Amino acid sequence: MTELLNVVLLTFMVIVALAAVWLRNLFASVMMMGIFSVLSACTFVVLDAVDVAFTEAAVGAGISTVLMIGTLALTTRDEKTPVRWSVLPLMVVLITGAVLVYGTKDMPRYGDPSAPVHEHVAPRYINDSPAEIGIPNMVTSVLASYRGYDTLGETTVIFTAGIGVLLLLGGYRNRKRQEDEF
Amino acid sequence: MRNQMIPRVIAKFFIPMILLFGLYVQFHGDFGPGGGFQAGVIFAAAFVLYALIYGLDEAKKVARPAVVEALVALGVLIYAGTGVVSLLKGGKYLDYNVLAHDPIHGQHLGILIVELGVGVTVAAVMITIFFAFAGRGQSE
Repeated sequence: MTELLNVVLLTFMVIVALAAVWLRNLFASVMMMGIFSVLSACTFVVLDAVDVAFTEAAVGAGISTVLMIGTLALTTRDEKTPVRWSVLPLMVVLITGAVLVYGTKDMPRYGDPSAPVHEHVAPRYINDSPAEIGIPNMVTSVLASYRGYDTLGETTVIFTAGIGVLLLLGGYRNRKRQEDEF
Repeated sequence: MRNQMIPRVIAKFFIPMILLFGLYVQFHGDFGPGGGFQAGVIFAAAFVLYALIYGLDEAKKVARPAVVEALVALGVLIYAGTGVVSLLKGGKYLDYNVLAHDPIHGQHLGILIVELGVGVTVAAVMITIFFAFAGRGQSE
């Protein structure tokens, strides 16, 4: 059952991604990217990573689609047809893809209990988290307590992103103030 | 979309539910899936939906930009402040064991506060970014 779901989801993801590239109407492309995010959220649910699925559905399909449409409202709806086809970008993409596929040959099989990721710190968290932290959701205890420094760093990154956007795009209030002074 | 009845009615039903679900994900994060980040984006999505249906100006009356921008910093302050409190109580930075009378309760309290900080910052940043993008067309 899971294999069938995975095959269907991944096939749809490939089709939607190709459609997003082929379509010349940028509005339709943005919608395709939204559908792609919903499909990958479904994949995360199949993989039992519900936290990631939440994030993907809310950010990927929701907010970033709205931001993209907002950007389209400022620019243009249709992509310009390329004047000439160049081979170099295609080669770069193909070679990068081939290298990535080659790299997966070294990766452990999905769900392999002897994979390095399951043998490093994971056993300690799984064994000690119920006694040390005492909350049922181990993801939260790793994120907020064992890896509290990392999460503080992530929050600071989001803070910095917000400040950066505010400085670059949100300057209209200062501009108004300057106009009033002149 | 201000004059379209169906989106307006649907949004009226959905926005409170999205907000409630955001709060559930925020404060239930230590028992079920979710946590500060997820709750923050869900909460922000409700405000984005409100702005899409009722217009940016109405949304800015609900979530005043000055307040939202203050919340961006407040979330990080809550998180980092928790670390400082645990320092003052004699532990290491972000060591929640010392926050309450016994380590398990301290951990619960610490995780709850820290996740709240993450949620506040994420929601405020998402709303700020949306306001900045959406307000760009209006001001020029």
